[in-house]
Amino acid sequence: MRTISRLAIENIYSTYYSGEQHLSVLENVSLHVGEGEFVSVLGPSGSGKSTILKIAAGLLNPDQGRILVNNREVTGKPRLVGYMPQYDLLFPWKTLRQNAALPLLAKKIKAKEASKKVDEMLPLFSLENFAEYYPHQLSGGMRQRAALLRTMLIDSDLMLLDEPFAALDALTRETMQDWLLKIWGQFRRSVLFVTHSIDEAIYLSDRIYVITERPGKIAIEQIIDLKRPRSKEIITTSIFSSYKQVMINALNVNARGEEDINQN
Amino acid sequence: MKKWVNIKTNLPAAGFLAFLLAIWEFLGRILEIPGYILPAPSAIALALAENFPLLLEHTRATFIAVLGGLILAIGVAFILALAMDRWKPLKQALYPVLVISQAVPIFALAPLILIWFGAGLLPKVLIVALVCFFPLAVNLVEGLSQVDQEAVDLMQTMQANRWMIMRSVQLPFAMPYFFSGLKIAATYSVLGAIIGEWLAARAGLGIYMLRAMHSFRTSDLFASIVVVVVISLALFKLVELAGWLFMPWQRNTTNHMKGWL
Repeated sequence: MRTISRLAIENIYSTYYSGEQHLSVLENVSLHVGEGEFVSVLGPSGSGKSTILKIAAGLLNPDQGRILVNNREVTGKPRLVGYMPQYDLLFPWKTLRQNAALPLLAKKIKAKEASKKVDEMLPLFSLENFAEYYPHQLSGGMRQRAALLRTMLIDSDLMLLDEPFAALDALTRETMQDWLLKIWGQFRRSVLFVTHSIDEAIYLSDRIYVITERPGKIAIEQIIDLKRPRSKEIITTSIFSSYKQVMINALNVNARGEEDINQN
Repeated sequence: MKKWVNIKTNLPAAGFLAFLLAIWEFLGRILEIPGYILPAPSAIALALAENFPLLLEHTRATFIAVLGGLILAIGVAFILALAMDRWKPLKQALYPVLVISQAVPIFALAPLILIWFGAGLLPKVLIVALVCFFPLAVNLVEGLSQVDQEAVDLMQTMQANRWMIMRSVQLPFAMPYFFSGLKIAATYSVLGAIIGEWLAARAGLGIYMLRAMHSFRTSDLFASIVVVVVISLALFKLVELAGWLFMPWQRNTTNHMKGWL
């Protein structure tokens, strides 16, 4: 385990209020992400995974518990963080280049300079020919890459990715996973990745937290000791399968919600 | 890019209109309806051509009032909508009052405005602004408040300030709302100017209509109706053009430019 912790979430509780009703979403969730580490939260739909990210981003206040970034407490304060919400959330009124440049403009970098910086990054995301396109003119995979480029340009060592590939078809999804690993290998940001796909979590992560259905609790924490760089061949290896078995057991798939767990 | 005017889709409507005019002309002739009751289309066209320079002069006066009123209404609507979005108590205080103010018919307010400001250009501009302001302000307030909270959250994780969130998220989001308000306002605006002119003015289509009415020049009245229709359509078209220019991202996703007369 690494010593420097980019993000630490300690004993958070969260409740969702709707009129008279209140629903416990998270119960005593603790997790941490080390420097340059790729950590996933794996769980079924409705287990409060997105809530964890929102709390980590400071967009939501937990009922209890605290958040530390670089060992400093930041609970409930919106702050600079590479947050990528579910669905790409590219703004339809901005071209790809303008969308990607937003974090730079927020940092008060001049528009011209920001465009230049975006253009330098575009080839890395295979988007160099689409800078002038509006989001609705792009394919699903391109939109996700554009959103990820925008997230990368947020000047933060921590990236919070909320099921970035959930809306993509299976083949595009696999391409995007390899591509994400390539980019991650280049920049080595600390990543907290939320997914409901077991294969995706094992393939991408250094460590996985499995979270149970509502109220979300951490069921297990599992280190994935597969060497990097990884390629799709490892999916058929026995060690990959044994990890998968551990995850399935932890998720208690047979108990309920089988369709919620996407095993690809 | 879409065609500005689509001839093919407009052909049936144009044909039907021509058919109606032909019947009108035909019935007028065989029933020998007097021209001061219902002039035939040919007589209206003649009146239009004969008095064209005079008509153009009055049209100009009306158009200036319309444009001035629209611009004033847009300015005030933007300022108030932005302020209401920024300070919620202001919205809570002002918004209901705005809605109530719309219950006062413009026909009742116009005489007051004329008493206060005389018979020049200013009262006409104010009446136009008064009728146009409401649809604009309401649509803008609505658009600004409907913005996706997730988008605002995202901007906050970039540490964008309030003004940047307004400029790059809220305002663009509200633009389609604004332009649908502007379409309504543009249609009201000509009406507002003519009401003002009916009550008191030195020039304008409203004055032209009054004079034609008093001397039973019915064909001139119809001619001015034709002009009103033409400038209303032109304004509507102008608003669509502005929307097309200001919202390039909407060009391929909506068909608001299609098949319009």
